[in-house]
Amino acid sequence: MSAEPRTLKTEAELALAEQYRGARAILPGSAAVARKRDEAFATFERLGLPHRRVEAWKYTDLRALMRVAVPVADPPNPVAVTAALTDADALAGIDRYRLIVADGHFQESQSDRQALLAEGVEVATLAEFLGFDHPSVLDILATPPGAGEDAIIALNAALATDGVVLIVPPGTIVSKPIEIVHVSTTTGATSSYSRSAVQVGAGASARLVVTRTGPLGIGYQANSVLGLSVGAGGRATVVDIAADGDRSQHLASFSARVAEGATLDHLALRAGAGLSRLQGYFSLEGEGAGLTASGANMLDAKAHGDVLLLIEHAAPATTSRLLYRNVAKDDAVGAFEGRILVRPVAQKTDGRMMVNTLLLSDSAEFAAKPELEIYADDVQCGHGATTGQIDETAVFYLQSRGVPRKEAEALLLKAFLAEPLAGVGDPALAAAVEPLVDAWLAGAPE
Amino acid sequence: MALLEIRNLHARIKDDGREILRGVDLVIERGQVHAVMGPNGSGKSTLAYVLAGKDGYEVTEGQVLFDGEDLLALEPEERAQKGVFLAFQYPVEIPGVAGMTFLKTAINAHRRARGEGDLSTPDFMRRVRDASDRLQMTQDMLRRPINTGFSGGEKKRNEILQMTLLEPKLAILDETDSGLDIDALRIVSNGVNALRDPERSMLVITHYQRLLEHIVPDFVHVMSAGRVVRSGGKELALELEATGYADYGSDAA
Ligand SMILES: Nc1ncnc2c1ncn2[C@@H]1O[C@H](COP(=O)(O)OP(=O)(O)OP(=O)(O)O)[C@@H](O)[C@H]1O
Ligand SMILES: [Mg+2]
Repeated sequence: MSAEPRTLKTEAELALAEQYRGARAILPGSAAVARKRDEAFATFERLGLPHRRVEAWKYTDLRALMRVAVPVADPPNPVAVTAALTDADALAGIDRYRLIVADGHFQESQSDRQALLAEGVEVATLAEFLGFDHPSVLDILATPPGAGEDAIIALNAALATDGVVLIVPPGTIVSKPIEIVHVSTTTGATSSYSRSAVQVGAGASARLVVTRTGPLGIGYQANSVLGLSVGAGGRATVVDIAADGDRSQHLASFSARVAEGATLDHLALRAGAGLSRLQGYFSLEGEGAGLTASGANMLDAKAHGDVLLLIEHAAPATTSRLLYRNVAKDDAVGAFEGRILVRPVAQKTDGRMMVNTLLLSDSAEFAAKPELEIYADDVQCGHGATTGQIDETAVFYLQSRGVPRKEAEALLLKAFLAEPLAGVGDPALAAAVEPLVDAWLAGAPE
Repeated sequence: MALLEIRNLHARIKDDGREILRGVDLVIERGQVHAVMGPNGSGKSTLAYVLAGKDGYEVTEGQVLFDGEDLLALEPEERAQKGVFLAFQYPVEIPGVAGMTFLKTAINAHRRARGEGDLSTPDFMRRVRDASDRLQMTQDMLRRPINTGFSGGEKKRNEILQMTLLEPKLAILDETDSGLDIDALRIVSNGVNALRDPERSMLVITHYQRLLEHIVPDFVHVMSAGRVVRSGGKELALELEATGYADYGSDAA
């Protein structure tokens, strides 16, 4: 973090301060929550927008890239929500529960809250939750320890309007995937701040899909935070899909704590956004906890896409497998930073991190930086990164069978991007997200 | 008009400018089978690649007419769609692309180029089953990604499967016999012979006279140092078997 004092504020920072002052009185939550929000905003003001001298943000200089802070969205009009939902139903073929957050506001009438309650899952909106009189309420606004001090997560804590809080009680097996849908409906550029939390109890099992979509051609800004925990022996699958509009800026943060003997399969799919940042903090906290982290990151046009993941092994015999595949074309710029951190107590850690990138044009750029930081001696850890072009020998082989070059490339790219999808333990879900990859391959401009 | 006319073809490697083909002349009429033999490094595979349109070679002189059309002006996929098929000396493994998806994409690309609609899935399945049965390929091989984990012989069978399904006008077989056991050689040769047709020509590159006992050629050519240096009937292969290439000079780099 930059220690130098800052007096000069950017236009965006000034606008954010203005927005916070304006929203403060109407943001949901108790007096204690309001104090917490003030603290969070003070942290943001002290740090300012992240810039390249902030180590964790060195590939995404937000001070330069986020020139303006567009106004916070009003609660949406239900007709617009319905229209946006039909347009953007990425997983139409999958039977699931849906919880809708539109422009940062939970949409009761379009959500399956009652059906989830009937399955025994506790569901509250963030706005409701922040009004509860319970000390744990403030925890939801905390920054995950792995993130250190992060201006963007602090900004979200200050301005979060809504989201969902789900508690899957111990032993409960949720029968269908639960989708938390984030959608931007506005026709003008607005911003939204959502925060959600999902607790999967001991021995419980849940599949969670987090989707975000929004219109093309509109410079909306979305800042979302998700906190996930999986209790002892529990099992969670998370598929995090962001298919944003080309001019959007999407800053997503998540944390995931995995307890003893529990497993988490996490898949992130990124395509479309003008600027996207995904920062995730996994913590394997209990003995034998296991993580599969997979990603397919598709960047085209002038997109800027940055992924930063920390995998902390904080207990013995924990396992992590990370596979991220990136494709960058046109003038896109991307980065992947990943770190496996093995605490002294985490003997018998088994951690692997692999990042493969294909650059499809001379002007596309990608920086991949996998790292290991190991403080235990009896561990097996490995990491690797490759960056290259599409395999011309394979392209020619396909062409020599009459397959046009573009189609040949699409077949090879599909194969490249499909591999992380297989990391999701649930084949039906993996199959359901495949069309998103196909759509990108078919629609991505040259 | 001959199906394929190669006139004084010169080609060099783009990277280092080394000339590999140094004036190849070869004319193949419809329905004929021509064998090309010659020492290692004489340019046989290079000729096959240049005909198929592989990048990395630069044609500096000469021309190739296919059905009267300038073959060298076409993209590799256009050559394939017009009926040129190369069975690779070293078929490429493509992990992640399902073999069946590939076959279907290739067949439909040919059909679309002819202005026909895509093949229905049942029709496609039936054709693949018929062709693969004849080549004694297992369902497991068909299910795998393209050539991935295939033995050398299995890859060669897969090439002939593709050729059977794509029904080319000109099949170029680059050492399709190498790496085949005795039974596989018979199966593959039968597969190739089944495709012999008055309208289909073949250019069979091989080191072994044995293959030519199965796929009997109309002509045999000897290639050396980037040229066709001798042509004859099928008995030329027997002669080469006895005398070797000593008379044609060495190609050792
Ligand atoms: N892309 C390339 N880059 C560099 N050298 C090449 C390339 N392609 C061919 N050559 C060289 O050209 C020469 C001819 O090679 P080619 O593969 O055509 O021979 P061949 O007659 O098929 O030999 P073999 O009988 O061993 O298959 C060799 O010296 C080879 O090393
Ligand atoms: Mg060869």
